Amino acid sequence: MNAPFFKFGLFGDHLSLVVAFLIGIAFGFFLERAGFGSARKLAAQFYLTDLTVFKVMFTAIVTAMVGVFYLSWMGLVDLSLVYVSSTYLLPQIAGGLILGIGFVVGGYCPGTSCVAGATGRIDAFFFLGGMVGGIVIFGELYPLLREFYTATPMGAVTIPDLLNLPYGFVVLAVILMAVGGFAGATWVERTMAARKGAA
Amino acid sequence: MHAGPETLAVADEHLARPAQSYWNPYLAGFGLGLTLLAAFVIMGRGLGASGAFSSLVAAGTEAIAPEHARTNDFYAGYLGNGTQSPLLDWLVFEVVGVLAGGFLSGTLAGRTRLTVERGDHISNRARYAFAFLGGSLMGFGAKLARGCTSGQALTGGALLNVGSWAFMLAVFAGGYAMAYVMRRQWQ
Repeated sequence: MNAPFFKFGLFGDHLSLVVAFLIGIAFGFFLERAGFGSARKLAAQFYLTDLTVFKVMFTAIVTAMVGVFYLSWMGLVDLSLVYVSSTYLLPQIAGGLILGIGFVVGGYCPGTSCVAGATGRIDAFFFLGGMVGGIVIFGELYPLLREFYTATPMGAVTIPDLLNLPYGFVVLAVILMAVGGFAGATWVERTMAARKGAA
Repeated sequence: MHAGPETLAVADEHLARPAQSYWNPYLAGFGLGLTLLAAFVIMGRGLGASGAFSSLVAAGTEAIAPEHARTNDFYAGYLGNGTQSPLLDWLVFEVVGVLAGGFLSGTLAGRTRLTVERGDHISNRARYAFAFLGGSLMGFGAKLARGCTSGQALTGGALLNVGSWAFMLAVFAGGYAMAYVMRRQWQ
């Protein structure tokens, strides 16, 4: 098996757009099944009453991380051909903080707002409009922001590269962290529910 | 729709049914993870969302002010070499799929209906204003971070990308820091 298939030229640009549409359908389907078309359910993550966002996100990360690592170890996927975006540490941390604030103010992130809009959430239409506005603001201010946007470049770097650890070791560490996190999240949810019941 | 009166009645009955409960989070997360894995194996890239809206904004700017769009590196990056529409883009097609998949799942589960997601203590109007403001912050933040929860947190998270993990921690930090201020919207 020569994977990633697209990188080995098994199909061209036009078919890749069909693949994009089909993968998008699965993406939207599972987001909606998780309850991510509901801003209340998403926002509950930040009030510790429902930690579904954390559970779904880390189950997805662990599944894809283990899958691609295993397929690469088997020699079925060339992991070096899977695109890793370059790290720009400070702008990414600043962007993450702004995005996190926007998440609890707006109730969605870009992908989940699409699912919410598609299932009739009127507030999601406003969110989507705001997002387009935010991108326009970024684009118009880009000449001023460019210096910070390209600050602290680290190249395409992974945690195993950075810490000089075997890839499999970091994979195992993330799995253990996620499993511990799931147990902790369930404990927090129960504690919050008990407190609410007692109040 | 080409549905006759009979099928419409069935559709109404379907909509009137109480919404099904959501999937177990680990099952939904596993499905999401397999979708991401499929993108890695088939395409050699991950998922995304905000990038599609950047293409949309770049295409719109080019249509309104072509000179302005081409001299701005941010827009120019999404416009390519000008031989084809910036909307013939992988993420644009993926996001169209997300809309279709979300609608399919929500409708099959009886969850598709016009409604507003908010707590009991704020008006619809206030909720719309916060949704718009939050969306603006999200759009700006996602561009500064070079991706959103899909392109950075999920995709980069699974590929152990350093910037993506720093981004993910910052998203949770920003959300928890702002949660107290926004509590009336959700409770």
